[in-house]
Amino acid sequence: MSKPAPAQSSIIDSEVEKFSALAAQWWDPDGKFHTLHKFNPVRLGYIRERASAHFNIAPDAAKPFSDLRVLDIGCGGGLLCEPMTRLGADVVGADASERNIGTARAHADALGLAIDYRATTAEELAAAGEEFDIVLNMEVVEHVADVSAFIGSCAAMVRPGGLMFVATLNRTLKSFALAIVGAEYVLGWLPRGTHNWEQFVTPGELSRALRDAGLDVQDTSGVRYNPLADAWQRTGDTGVNYLMLGARPAQH
Amino acid sequence: MAETIQTDIAIVGGGLVGMAMALTMARAHAQSGLSVCLLDAGDPAARANIEADGRASAITATAVNMLKALQVWPRLADHAQPMREIKVTDSQTSARGRPVFLHFDEAVSRAASAHMIENRFIYDALWQAIGETGTVTLHTGHSIETADWGEAAARLVLDDGRNVSAALVIGADGRASPLRASAGIETVGWSYGQHGIVTSVAHEKPHNGIAEEHFLPAGPFAILPLPGNRSSLVWTEREEFARDLVGGDDATFQAELERRFGERLGRIAIDGPRMSYPLGMQLSKAFIAPRLALIGDAAHVVHPIAGLGFNLGLRDVAVLADTVANEARLGLDIGSTAGLSRYQAARRFDTLTTALTSDGLNRLFSNDNAALRMVRDFGLALVDRAGPLKGFFMDQAAGRNTPLPAIMRGDGV
Repeated sequence: MSKPAPAQSSIIDSEVEKFSALAAQWWDPDGKFHTLHKFNPVRLGYIRERASAHFNIAPDAAKPFSDLRVLDIGCGGGLLCEPMTRLGADVVGADASERNIGTARAHADALGLAIDYRATTAEELAAAGEEFDIVLNMEVVEHVADVSAFIGSCAAMVRPGGLMFVATLNRTLKSFALAIVGAEYVLGWLPRGTHNWEQFVTPGELSRALRDAGLDVQDTSGVRYNPLADAWQRTGDTGVNYLMLGARPAQH
Repeated sequence: MAETIQTDIAIVGGGLVGMAMALTMARAHAQSGLSVCLLDAGDPAARANIEADGRASAITATAVNMLKALQVWPRLADHAQPMREIKVTDSQTSARGRPVFLHFDEAVSRAASAHMIENRFIYDALWQAIGETGTVTLHTGHSIETADWGEAAARLVLDDGRNVSAALVIGADGRASPLRASAGIETVGWSYGQHGIVTSVAHEKPHNGIAEEHFLPAGPFAILPLPGNRSSLVWTEREEFARDLVGGDDATFQAELERRFGERLGRIAIDGPRMSYPLGMQLSKAFIAPRLALIGDAAHVVHPIAGLGFNLGLRDVAVLADTVANEARLGLDIGSTAGLSRYQAARRFDTLTTALTSDGLNRLFSNDNAALRMVRDFGLALVDRAGPLKGFFMDQAAGRNTPLPAIMRGDGV
């Protein structure tokens, strides 16, 4: 496959390399991505609850997403693609890193999960005219150079009546203390240099980008780590980690 | 190429806890969509027989909630004897009148703390219910030759050459658990050098729902009320003496029993097979491994002094079912330690507390040292006079002291 150099790509090369180096360890719950494994239930719970309500799906369905086409942009090792596939969705997993896609594909094949993994970018997919019922944009915007351009490309792939989920980190003193100093330096939950605080995005900036891209912001929820339960939980405080839900109005 | 059976969950071992696990997963099937297999080297249905298992279990209030949620309680209610009082005495075998030092009753516990049910009826109720669900695939009469803990799935090879490929294997394969060994999980524990003799007796006078626990020099001797004028016995003796008694003649057994039984219930007659079980404490160092979760005796064997073994197993079932259902609801890999670690974290503390409490009680009471006897008599009398403390013990026996998964609060599966 010959890949045209993305002219106005929002991806920073050094960021792609950083994650490629870690790709093989994606699926070890006790490995370098253990924080993401711990974080997975809270974001999947949010997606299941909100998408079921939005698309009028029975809350107890065993395969709630069986009629939905889903894009996971920046899918890494496939930590979200596999659960979404088990829940019945037709999933495209996209990541700029060939090595991540290779890791994700090998893992899904071993488990017998059919997932359409592509080493590509949001810009390329949007240019190809791809459309989805749900676009997952989780823990990616804090790694891109031009947030509004990136959000614009992702939003362009949301069908009328469809949803885009965004998860990211707020740019506050608290997030500097917890996400950089705490998570990377004190607790060692994330490799040092995983995040660059200056690239964190405030809820105001993100909701503006979503609205500029034609989406209505339906919800903003904070997420925090509860050390007693050793689990991530939803909270009203969006000061560090938060989730935002955008919806493209249905056509009439 | 040998046949491969694909399943989401393979439960190995069709004892009480394994059956309860299979039934719980079957009840949750409509929502979870998870397929369930139950494997057993023998015939689980044959266990519903007093000759195969002559024991009875104390079913706590929370366990009753769970059995109701599983829709098996209607089959058990007629066989269940509420324990209205527990009398604890501490004496030498020869003492005629035994002073009662602890006296628990419903006024203290707010509701009957537990029901006694013979195991044969529990096997039968669970087995019938499993058959009726139609969602549990049974592979019985074949043992497992090897287990392979793969990255993507566990593979169990049966003695007829067939393979079972499962996302999660649940080990309910007993205290010797070959699955636990195969996953390289070690255990800690010790033997008490004691055996528990189990049998049933018919007696002349009604027991009025009163359970008696006599702490005799050789260890606890419990008379647990069954429906009608019958009781189940758990009689602790040193290993060699227990073997001699169980293997010996009826007259000797009856005579030794009468020496210990007391006269409250009038004349007695043995009414069931005599069996004996080695007593020991054993805790698995881990309850999980990639693609494996251990439940029941495979995870923990506690001293039967407080009657908590089966209840601990049911709590394992409730918490593991809850954990697996949550993982499945989010589309997560049910065999990954990322999710299973929540089961382990929830169960390890409760299990350790129960194991150590039972062990401590047994050590305290299995000793005929006069000074120790004075100390514990004094302690028991104090506990008896302290209402709140008795409430705590009664709640502990009823399983009300730890946070409960939904199914044990009576909120359904």
